[in-house]
Amino acid sequence: MTQVSMTVNGKAAKGTVEGRTLLSSFLRDELNLTGTHVGCDTSQCGACVVHVNGVAVKSCTMLAAEADGAEVATIEGQAAPDGTLSAVQQAFQDHHGLQCGFCTPGMVMTAVKLLEENPKPSEHEVRVHLEGNICRCTGYHNIVKAIMAASGQDVGAIAAE
Amino acid sequence: MPKDNGIGASPKRREDIRFLTGTGNYTDDMNIRGQAHVYFLRSDVAHGTITKLDTTAAAAMDGVVQIFTGADFEAVGSIPCGWQITDLHGEPMQEPRHPVLAEGKVRHVGEPIAAIVAETLGQARDAAEAIELDIAELPAVVDMKAAAAAGATKVHDDLTSNLCYEWGFVEENRAAVDEAIKNAAHVTTLELVNNRLVANPMEPRVAIGDYARSDDQHTLYTTSQNPHVIRLLMGAFVLGIPEHKLRVVAPDVGGGFGTKIFHYQEEAFCTFAAKACNRPVKWTSSRSEAFISDAQGRDHVTKVELALDADNNFTALRCDTYANMGAYLSTFASSVPTWLHGTLLAGNYKTPLIYTNVKAMFTNTVPVDAYRGAGRPEATFQVERVIDKAARELGVDPVALRRQNYVTEFPYATPVAVEYDTGDYNATMDKLEEIGDFSGFEARRKASEAKGKWRGLGINSYIEACGIAPSNLVGQLGARAGLYDAATVRVNATGSISVMVGAHSHGQGHETSFPQVVAEMIGIPEDQIDIVHGDTSKIPFGMGTYGSRSLAVCGSAMVRATEKIIAKATKIAAHLMEASDADVELKDGVFSVAGTDKSVAWGDVTLSAYVPHNFPLEDIEPGLEETAFYDPANFTYPAGAYACEVEVDPETGKVTIEKFSAADDFGNVINPMIVSGQVHGGIAQGVGQALLENCSYDENGQLLSASYMDYAMPRADDLPFYSVDHSCQTPCTHNPLGVKGCGEAGAIGSPPSVVNAVIDALASGGKNVGHIDMPLTPDKVWAAINNA
Repeated sequence: MTQVSMTVNGKAAKGTVEGRTLLSSFLRDELNLTGTHVGCDTSQCGACVVHVNGVAVKSCTMLAAEADGAEVATIEGQAAPDGTLSAVQQAFQDHHGLQCGFCTPGMVMTAVKLLEENPKPSEHEVRVHLEGNICRCTGYHNIVKAIMAASGQDVGAIAAE
Repeated sequence: MPKDNGIGASPKRREDIRFLTGTGNYTDDMNIRGQAHVYFLRSDVAHGTITKLDTTAAAAMDGVVQIFTGADFEAVGSIPCGWQITDLHGEPMQEPRHPVLAEGKVRHVGEPIAAIVAETLGQARDAAEAIELDIAELPAVVDMKAAAAAGATKVHDDLTSNLCYEWGFVEENRAAVDEAIKNAAHVTTLELVNNRLVANPMEPRVAIGDYARSDDQHTLYTTSQNPHVIRLLMGAFVLGIPEHKLRVVAPDVGGGFGTKIFHYQEEAFCTFAAKACNRPVKWTSSRSEAFISDAQGRDHVTKVELALDADNNFTALRCDTYANMGAYLSTFASSVPTWLHGTLLAGNYKTPLIYTNVKAMFTNTVPVDAYRGAGRPEATFQVERVIDKAARELGVDPVALRRQNYVTEFPYATPVAVEYDTGDYNATMDKLEEIGDFSGFEARRKASEAKGKWRGLGINSYIEACGIAPSNLVGQLGARAGLYDAATVRVNATGSISVMVGAHSHGQGHETSFPQVVAEMIGIPEDQIDIVHGDTSKIPFGMGTYGSRSLAVCGSAMVRATEKIIAKATKIAAHLMEASDADVELKDGVFSVAGTDKSVAWGDVTLSAYVPHNFPLEDIEPGLEETAFYDPANFTYPAGAYACEVEVDPETGKVTIEKFSAADDFGNVINPMIVSGQVHGGIAQGVGQALLENCSYDENGQLLSASYMDYAMPRADDLPFYSVDHSCQTPCTHNPLGVKGCGEAGAIGSPPSVVNAVIDALASGGKNVGHIDMPLTPDKVWAAINNA
């Protein structure tokens, strides 16, 4: 067993983990941050994306021990303390960018990093960037639209609600 | 002006807040104090006899609580099938025992053999590796036609063959159909495969069993689309737990698409083991387990023949299908290739004679059951592909050929036992031509050609049947359940409302759309109304969500219950205003007496119901809570027309979707935003089936597509923005909301248009190909180009 400590959503967190404990398991089972979801076991679906030291990573593909000392951000830390949604979260609600909600935390965390790196992505750039995040409900239409809207682009011309 | 509340408005979804902030409550987010974890040891071969299963060493490992095998479940019932098909000889289908854990034999890769309950999941996994298991492998039957051959290895020794049933529909029409085909001016024949798919909701299945000795109460938390169905099936047929001692809870569920309808062994196991171990027991499926344990979808092999007269009128249709059941009968497996498929073969057309023959086969593969559309995509695909092929053979416009044969007068009784109440198929095709910009297609084709690409336009119509009912009819057809739904409207003293519904929302947004209906009826704000679902201890007995039934069936129950509420509240209001009931009207949340200035607000009436100081106690009871069960008179029949434009790269065979348009008639629409979202998702699944997804087994029954590395899920860069429209509305005539259902349309309506488009693109490049089987992967398209 290994002691790990990290900063999660700005707060100090620590725990004792097995060497094989994944970061996603540590967040969910030890810290009770169950917003980070696990949708696959081959690092394909992206439901578990969190930020580690400012980089979007799939937390099912990283050991908790590897995140020792890191700054970790999860979906639970995205809204303001008073509950106000972030721009990306709000755009997802405004444009119906989620249905069952299971892939949503990973989508939001991926989108936040995309917009930091590329503040005005084209439709094509958004779609390519989402290659590592699978959604089974929305057909991606409203996710792509929401991310473009969150970047301040006018999405009024994009067909349908 | 679009409305901003009530029916027809698109309020933002209230459930989004918890999903966007990571505060949803999915089953795997729940942990019960003292819980142990389960790991299932599953078969890694498709067919074999268990010759050794020794758990002694494993049971002694650290953290192991108990290990279970099939022997522990011999006194327990079989996982039941919910629909008995009667074959064309009048005999019941063959129905094998479906054990919770394998009993002596394994019949598909992934079948659970032993279950290890341990303090941690890691310990359970470690112990599984210490179980001594030997399986003497037997030949596997994977291909359906091979399974049907004389002398084929039998999946079940105690059955006479691998044939579950042979179904003929309508058997009395068989000779007339064959005669019409023989005498036709033209017959188009097509052999096709409707490829096997994996539903793949993003949330893998989870089950947590809990048991309280203090009051002998079992609780199952599970990822289900229909908690009451699970309670009835598992309680009454498998474990023998009376319903008042069994609570089933399906909290937030991360997508279903059909595969979370069914009752699975893992649910029965966790419920059983919680009592046996006297502690909560939790199982969370990995994605790898989901691929080998979630019921899969489709998997039909079909020959379809369409007969036309000299004027290109359809005169007869015959369909001969092999349908794969997998190794065991999943909950609704038997109904999918029969009543959900054969009854839709008329499509949108007035074909007078139709016959289908279906042979349902057992094979050594994962069970197959309903997946988004369930039988209706298979019917639509063959009808719309064979029509397109006929148009090409006859050199006629595929749109014109369809329009010529459309049903145009309603109600219309098809030759396959159903009656369409309303529709306007020309209107949806007109709308499709507009939103799909058909007139601009030739210019777009030339632009593609200039880039060295071949462009194709594929269209199709579709019809589906939703809200399967009435119960007395489906009972005659073999359903072992009713197909009504239920709602309880509980008005609280201060006027707010809780609506307890039998439908389950796992992405459909019921928590937002259902209150729109009640708010409209009473005239109070939507935020005064909450929807409660997913817990058998809280909701009335409803049948859950599948088959695009929630609004048409459960929504209708909710309307009926609300009507009862309004009737009673009107009596109370009349008493308070000293008026006659008949003179009181409710508008915008205020009761008033016609022709006077007397009025009383909604909240005053509801308070009076619970504080009945001035109340007609001699006439009515206090309180304001009503329940309604609604059993529809007929199915609903959404329909529409879809168009796909593709570019094919003739050098590589790669297909890209350039444009996708959908014109649907869903009858009245409660929330256009949610409806569009449902269509988007359905289209993506249909495009996935047509271009990417394929559940593939090798000849030994090993699943080759067993992870997201091998099973090609549609991703954002595989798809375009879609144009969807649902302004063509012919309201359903027999439910109070005039709604039809929209959940499956996209998945039913899209695969044929994609394939038709690729065939069209190849034709534009001079390659006339009759058909390519889905998925149209680059290698298949390239081969078709180069072999044409």
